[in-house]
Amino acid sequence: MDYFWELFFGGLTRGAIYALIALGYTMVYGIIELINFAHGEIYMIGAFTALIVAGVLSMMGFSGISILVLASLVAVIYSMSYGFTLEKIAYRPLRHAPRLSPLISAIGMSIFLQNYVLLAQTSDFLPFPRLIPKFEFMKPYYSTMAESDLLIILVAAVAMILLTMLIKFTKMGKAMRATAQNRKMAMLVGVNVDRIISTTFIIGSALAALGGVLIASHIGQINFYIGFIAGIKAFTAAVLGGIGSIPGAVLGSLVLGWTESFGTGYISSDYEDVFAFSLLVLILIFRPAGILGRSTTQKV
Amino acid sequence: MKSSLRALLGRFVLAAFCLGCLAGPALAQDTIILGVAGAHSGDLASYGLPTLNAAKLVADKYNAQGGVLGKKIVVVAQDDQCKPEMATNAATKLVSDKADVILGHICSGATKAAMGIYRDAKKVCMSPSATNPPLTQSGEYPNFFRTIAPDNDQAKVAVDFIIDKLGAKKIAIIHDKGDYGKGFATFVQDYLTGKGEVVLFEGVTPGAVDYSAVVQKVGRSKPDCVVFGGYHPEASKIVGTMRKKNMDTPFLSDDGVKDDTFIKVAGPDAEGVYATGPKDISSNPLYKVARDEHQAAFGSEPGAFFDQAYTAALALLNAIEKSGGTDYDKLVTALRTEYVDTPIGKIKFDDKGDAEGAGFSVYQVQNGVYKELN
Repeated sequence: MDYFWELFFGGLTRGAIYALIALGYTMVYGIIELINFAHGEIYMIGAFTALIVAGVLSMMGFSGISILVLASLVAVIYSMSYGFTLEKIAYRPLRHAPRLSPLISAIGMSIFLQNYVLLAQTSDFLPFPRLIPKFEFMKPYYSTMAESDLLIILVAAVAMILLTMLIKFTKMGKAMRATAQNRKMAMLVGVNVDRIISTTFIIGSALAALGGVLIASHIGQINFYIGFIAGIKAFTAAVLGGIGSIPGAVLGSLVLGWTESFGTGYISSDYEDVFAFSLLVLILIFRPAGILGRSTTQKV
Repeated sequence: MKSSLRALLGRFVLAAFCLGCLAGPALAQDTIILGVAGAHSGDLASYGLPTLNAAKLVADKYNAQGGVLGKKIVVVAQDDQCKPEMATNAATKLVSDKADVILGHICSGATKAAMGIYRDAKKVCMSPSATNPPLTQSGEYPNFFRTIAPDNDQAKVAVDFIIDKLGAKKIAIIHDKGDYGKGFATFVQDYLTGKGEVVLFEGVTPGAVDYSAVVQKVGRSKPDCVVFGGYHPEASKIVGTMRKKNMDTPFLSDDGVKDDTFIKVAGPDAEGVYATGPKDISSNPLYKVARDEHQAAFGSEPGAFFDQAYTAALALLNAIEKSGGTDYDKLVTALRTEYVDTPIGKIKFDDKGDAEGAGFSVYQVQNGVYKELN
């Protein structure tokens, strides 16, 4: 039974990371029906920023948890500016273009950002400092769950609760929901749609950057390409849960994390991706809108 | 006009033919022809040209001392561009040019294509770079020798180390599903037959977010040693996850991991990790001699497989000298029995044609650097 719990928590950690990235996909899709393929690169940029900041801070004599907090904070803010700029230069000019154009622009931005980091940094894998301190009380449960797993799950949970509260109870959240429902109508009742869209990108980028910092200090290495695979998996999770739905993205991520973890643990890791994508195909056959997605009638 | 031209041309051909008749036997008598085949042009020329340079250097060196058995050494080159169809042409040409021994070919595919022709013509052929295991192990080409270790050699070195030095009984093997990594893992599995128990054999997805599930699985199989086939990014993630879960099982990998980047990325987790890699030959005095000769003759650093090619040329000429001629059977026996001092060490060849003494050794990360273990 221990083995089961080990796999359960491993899948939960993985799912929590997917969820932090998947939320960005699902929010952007919910608002402007665009799949932001450059989102994985924001996650990667978050991790790189944290690496640089952590390096500078440790040279200045900071240590342990203070580096983690400060580096995450800087990474989140820096990535927010990337999210904002990305929307401004790559998507806003194409808002009234055919739907394929922003999609291609997104793929272009993804490749651009990868190469930009590749040139600015290096193609090598870089060691990422272990920013998450060891908790002594974890000792007896070490093999089931390390301190970084615990921290990732906690941070993801807190981020999701805050996000839900933001959308449910604030004026900004109300405006976001209105924009998602009907952009033109929202504009008519006085919602600044452009600002809402920018905000969505900023929040999504912040969550992705947080995911990037956590996963990088969990596995201890980064390079310019990490955003691509994580992005694809998180996108899969968002579609699995029902793209456009926030609880759906979280549920989809957890289901995907557990599928991979249990599939690897009980069958074989050779087929890890096969399990993930077979699940996606199965869900889409029986529930085309995803687990929690609502099939909307086409607006006319 | 036309007829006179034809007559002139005919006379030329006749003259050339007669010259050939005269020159042929004359060449064969007081020279030894060292055929060099490989990619000398095309996109893989950088792999083939260092071999040609090495052959010339060794030939010049012998000629300066009066040749082998009193005969001058002539280097005859044939280009195959590493293409199998051109390799058969090159081989036919070298055989008809009466090459006594052949240094080459470079690529495994081209070598395989040419080998049959040399076998039928009873020519000894020695490659500095064809690492494909069946070339020697299939037993199809008794005339084939090589001065580079075959791909499966490091798996053998790894298995011997695991069994004899680590005393491991249960081994978990993971790989990255790639040609190189899975190839290494499969060879390890094969060599372990009858020596140890393989408790896990699985591939991981390169670039996956984390490997905790597969590491749990490794932990559950309770191995005495974990073997990984693949490159350093995955290796450092796996080792990191293992150490984080307090699994201090020995970890052994291949020369894709015997890279300083691995130590840099894995940090303190790298400590104690084993990896197989090519033997360190830089302390060998002959290695330096060969490199200096290249620098003096060509004014540049030698390229790929130069040391192996230099070794092959020395081994071939040494065998001719020791066997007292270019007789095929005597040459083969000499290659298999007579040791020769070369840049890659003191070597002779085994029954299959692989160089004994060339090859891999096991390294361990100690205080942040790879140290060769003996």
